[in-house]
Amino acid sequence: MSLTRREFVGTSLTGAAAFAVLPSMGLAEGADEAIAAYTGGAATSDAGITLIAPEIAENGNTVQIEVSAPGAEEIIIFAAGNPNPNVATFKFGPMAGSQAATTRIRLAGEQDVVAIAKMPDGSFAKAVSNVKVTIGGCGG
Amino acid sequence: MAENVTPRVRAPREASAGEVVSVRTLISHPMESGMRRDGDGNTIPRSIINRFVCTFNGETVVDVTMEPSIATNPYFQFEAKVMESGTFNFTWYDDDGSVYEDSSDITVS
Repeated sequence: MSLTRREFVGTSLTGAAAFAVLPSMGLAEGADEAIAAYTGGAATSDAGITLIAPEIAENGNTVQIEVSAPGAEEIIIFAAGNPNPNVATFKFGPMAGSQAATTRIRLAGEQDVVAIAKMPDGSFAKAVSNVKVTIGGCGG
Repeated sequence: MAENVTPRVRAPREASAGEVVSVRTLISHPMESGMRRDGDGNTIPRSIINRFVCTFNGETVVDVTMEPSIATNPYFQFEAKVMESGTFNFTWYDDDGSVYEDSSDITVS
């Protein structure tokens, strides 16, 4: 893709404006809603799940995260500050050796990454990790 | 439309019965989020892989649903427990209906 300098500055400004406006419109609430929709409003415990994310990510386009929740049926990942807070859902089958996975995600800016594990007994466990992002990975 | 989509899988060839083995997968794909704009200000339509499934001898190891927040060239690392010799099958489902497949055999002694 070839962009002239003028176009680049133009799109960057539009993107920056979008990001400046959107957080004040309550992106975090969007994440809360998405989480509530998943858990059905049930309380979540802090034990039984581990989320490993870097403290500082230089490039928001690829941030490697690792999540582990022994015995969980499903693990769902949210990025609270992204335009669409849903990131991925891992469903573990009978052949899984552990309820853990590593993947790479995009982060629009500094925000909380949330992992929620659904246990076979219907309870939920939650882990939160704050990630500072030097360059956002949202393409704005 | 995604081009040159190449799945790559790294799984062990041999293991002992009951061993937990680590599997790594990478597929080259732009994962266009649908948020970006081109030079004329038009939104570039979303085009991502939305699901990845790994099975061993037909039984699910992991089934991942993906959203646009997954980075370009989706990478996954996870573990599988192998009791017998068999085949890992890996399937990726694209937004445009394409399905990409790969497999890896493992011998259990």
